[in-house]
Amino acid sequence: MIINHPLLGPRDASEFTYLGDASLINRPDWQAEDAAEAFYEYGYLRDNPAGEHQELWYHEAGDRSWLVVTRDTTTHEISKVELARDVARARGRSK
Amino acid sequence: MRYSGFRVIKEALTGHKGWKPVWRDPEPKAHYDIVVIGGGGHGLATAHYLSKVYGHRNVAVVEKGWIGGGNVGRNTTIVRSNYMLDGNEPFYEFSMKLWEGLEQDLNYNAMMSQRGILNLFHTDGQRDAYTRRGNAMILHGADAELLDADQVRKEHPYLNFDDARFPIKGGLAQRRGGTARHDAVAWGFARSADSHGVDIIQNCEVTGLRIENGKCLGVETSKGFIGANKVGCAVAGNSGRVMNMAGMRLPIESHVLQAFVSEGLKPVLPSVITYGAGHFYVSQSDKGGLVFGGDIDGYNTYAQRGNLPVVEDVCEGGVSLMPMIGRSRLLRMWGGVMDMSMDGSPIIDRTPVEGLYFNGGWCYGGFKATPASGYCFAHLLAQDEPHSTATAYRFDRFRTGRMIDEKGVGNQPNLH
Ligand SMILES: Cc1cc2nc3c(=O)[nH]c(=O)nc-3n(C[C@H](O)[C@H](O)[C@H](O)COP(=O)(O)OP(=O)(O)OC[C@H]3O[C@@H](n4cnc5c(N)ncnc54)[C@H](O)[C@@H]3O)c2cc1C
Repeated sequence: MIINHPLLGPRDASEFTYLGDASLINRPDWQAEDAAEAFYEYGYLRDNPAGEHQELWYHEAGDRSWLVVTRDTTTHEISKVELARDVARARGRSK
Repeated sequence: MRYSGFRVIKEALTGHKGWKPVWRDPEPKAHYDIVVIGGGGHGLATAHYLSKVYGHRNVAVVEKGWIGGGNVGRNTTIVRSNYMLDGNEPFYEFSMKLWEGLEQDLNYNAMMSQRGILNLFHTDGQRDAYTRRGNAMILHGADAELLDADQVRKEHPYLNFDDARFPIKGGLAQRRGGTARHDAVAWGFARSADSHGVDIIQNCEVTGLRIENGKCLGVETSKGFIGANKVGCAVAGNSGRVMNMAGMRLPIESHVLQAFVSEGLKPVLPSVITYGAGHFYVSQSDKGGLVFGGDIDGYNTYAQRGNLPVVEDVCEGGVSLMPMIGRSRLLRMWGGVMDMSMDGSPIIDRTPVEGLYFNGGWCYGGFKATPASGYCFAHLLAQDEPHSTATAYRFDRFRTGRMIDEKGVGNQPNLH
């Protein structure tokens, strides 16, 4: 697989390590009433879709950036690559 | 039709005209007591034990493709019970004992070969860990033997003992471990289940679960609705997809694992060997091919094929451990979709939906579990309570913090 890094251009997937579903960006509020339940779901349950999947890749052997890659899990085709920072900010994280 | 030496001679003398298909090809009935989704090793074993041990004959196994087309026909066939944790070892040792009597039980040659498995270690720390694991195995009634480098050298002189970075210091052997012929395991269970009245329905994909008022009434399939008092799901890598039909999210990700076979060689490997410094395990098939594999590719996928970086990694591991295989040629390689769980251990449990049961999360070690998984799932389906060796395999262990994490790497499926 080739990941088209937004800053560095096409890079081999072997330069990256894979973390998992990009929903990991949405860390629950630890002070909320339902925090225990929310962290259980956040930590352990996954959609695991067959088809389009947004996921976190870390450019470990490169510029150390985190990316959100949109990839089809049935064909491995990558349709979109964004900096995780941008995605997180757009979701209102890291204010 | 029973198999026997006499039968083979008789057929040989009469032109082999008496062999018949070993299971029927029935149309689905409108309703069964129990429907098992997935005709892999675990689904078929479940049907065998349901019908033979628990006396449930009104059972169907519903398979979307052909039986044995999934992971049961794609794995590297290693059978062992060398786990450490309390939640696991009694279950895997139960499985090992079932393997030892399987061919008699099924009247089918599964080519079970107890050639032994050897886990090599390369550091003092690894030796300590393997000593501890071996002791845990012995405490649970399994066999384990710690070998030093000289003992390993006697049995496996061809290994790369004096590697500068990863010298071989010894190994943990389980002599009762070994390999079995994977498709024969599927066929043997299928034949036995069929002979006890189970309907094996192939080319029949489950497309939905009919759930009303919190109760599962049966499965929607490409051959129409099939009603059932109880539905058991055993679809391995497709667990997420099928349970999604019941609105459930699982502590599971689907990943691909690749396997490789070399051209046929003269006998060189007497047992199964695993490398302790890289991810590489290998055995030699009866046809002579080296059957080997390594790590999963590491990203979510439902494609039954992997990518080249892992091929390179596996082959590097192999060549650094046993340089002699460097010039053998690769004959075939393929991939299978693994149900990687959040702690690396499986689940055999009820679900919040009444009448719906789940078996999955086998990661890449579910072949050795096939008989016990079928036995325990049949027990759960028949008696509504977990089998004594599978009490830890519950969904709620993730909520309550009772993970069974052999590797100790946490909720990161691609590290298990
Ligand atoms: C390359 C590789 C190497 C492995 N090596 C080993 C090893 O050395 N030792 C070991 O112990 N384990 C090993 N494993 C793991 C082991 O093969 C699996 O854990 C085990 O086979 C999974 O259980 P199963 O046999 O029931 O799965 P499968 O054979 O995959 O059965 C699941 C079945 O469900 C069917 N299905 C899916 N969705 C539906 C649906 N909607 N409707 C109807 N049917 C459906 C599928 O078609 C499939 O036939 C390996 C796996 C792979 C891929």
